[in-house]
Amino acid sequence: MIRDLSWIDPLYLLFALRWTVLLTLLALLGGAPIGLLVAALGRATKRPARLVSRGYIGLVQGVPLLAWLFLFFFGFPIFGIDVPAWLAATCAFSVYSGAFLGEIWLGALLSIPRTQWEASASIGMSYVEQLRHVIIPQALRIAIPPTVGFVMQLIKNTSLAAVIGFVELTREGQMTAAATLAQLSVYLMVGALYFALCYPLTTYSRYLEHKLHAAR
Amino acid sequence: MMSYAFHFRDVFAAQDALLDGLLLTLQLTATTIALGFVIGLAVACLSVYGGLWARRVARGYVELIRNTPLLVQLFVVFFGLPSIGIKLDVIPVATIGLALNLGAYAAEILRAGIESIPRSQVEAGVALGLTRAQIFRHIVLVPAIRNVYPSLTSQFILLMLATSVASQIATPELFYAGSIIQSRTYRDFEVYLVIAVAYLALALLLRMLLGLAYRLLFRRS
Repeated sequence: MIRDLSWIDPLYLLFALRWTVLLTLLALLGGAPIGLLVAALGRATKRPARLVSRGYIGLVQGVPLLAWLFLFFFGFPIFGIDVPAWLAATCAFSVYSGAFLGEIWLGALLSIPRTQWEASASIGMSYVEQLRHVIIPQALRIAIPPTVGFVMQLIKNTSLAAVIGFVELTREGQMTAAATLAQLSVYLMVGALYFALCYPLTTYSRYLEHKLHAAR
Repeated sequence: MMSYAFHFRDVFAAQDALLDGLLLTLQLTATTIALGFVIGLAVACLSVYGGLWARRVARGYVELIRNTPLLVQLFVVFFGLPSIGIKLDVIPVATIGLALNLGAYAAEILRAGIESIPRSQVEAGVALGLTRAQIFRHIVLVPAIRNVYPSLTSQFILLMLATSVASQIATPELFYAGSIIQSRTYRDFEVYLVIAVAYLALALLLRMLLGLAYRLLFRRS
């Protein structure tokens, strides 16, 4: 049954946007601990730990996100666990964002000169104190703009969850398009909604980067 | 408990389909990188040297692409081209969509590269009596590309992986081949494991090739 595109459809799309936001937040929630671990391992003194970190980043970033989604979606049932699409998507996006966040945060940690560690050690700070008072405040300033930039990438990439049937903005758009056959109008609206969500973040990330450079 | 029997034989039995998909993925990657690089360079030049309106158009294009998902862009191109009377095969459509996407990212990278060249370098070129074309080529473009080569490399690899998204508009590339084999054999996990490994190998290969290209291109500088 084909129906016309009506005034209610943009509203439905707008409501579907919350699932996009929710999936992004879930992915960050899962990805942040992985990212921290990857960053911590990446600057460990033991070589195998660094290799694990580099290997994880290389592995995750070398496989298309679409493949991660399908591997999780079809991988759980192998262990006899049936998971809903949202959980498979959350796992895949967590693994994915863990690698990118880890790379960003590792880069920030490594960009702090060794002398900062040495200086803080020489005034008798413990490892935790060094991190808390010297390293993290400086690394944070470097890491925040690219992290915000990555969140924007993540929002766009959650559109791929539509492929395994998770109903977020893009999937809602596909269903509306199928029902009305007004594909172009629907996808232009979907695109506009993503733009409305991402553009402020892009601008904010750029502003932060600018501020960072000005402070130097 | 894990009591699952893996069956890779069904997947590899469809090696012809996999190979066809792989070849199209390579073709898509190569054509898109070439096209996207040209678009990116043109847009970067517009946004650095262009007048007010040229700069605005260039910015608008870059922001529009960078703030929307590739999947939605592909849908818009896929359904948009026929509505303005252009009917193309799905492979050119996918190439156009992917190249428009890469073009915006490449433009940002190349713009940063061009802006990283100090003005004094260009002035030195003028003082030496080089023509504008010579200055652009030897003093601006080549060093600019060398400065941003690592970013370009990552972007090209991301693009290669992103060609998998074109499977969603039924482009018969590697990922699409995977979903066809999946629907025939029901070996879901095995199929996508093989596909994932293939992409990983391609990513490593592309990184190696681009590293080799760097050494060949910038050997003397």
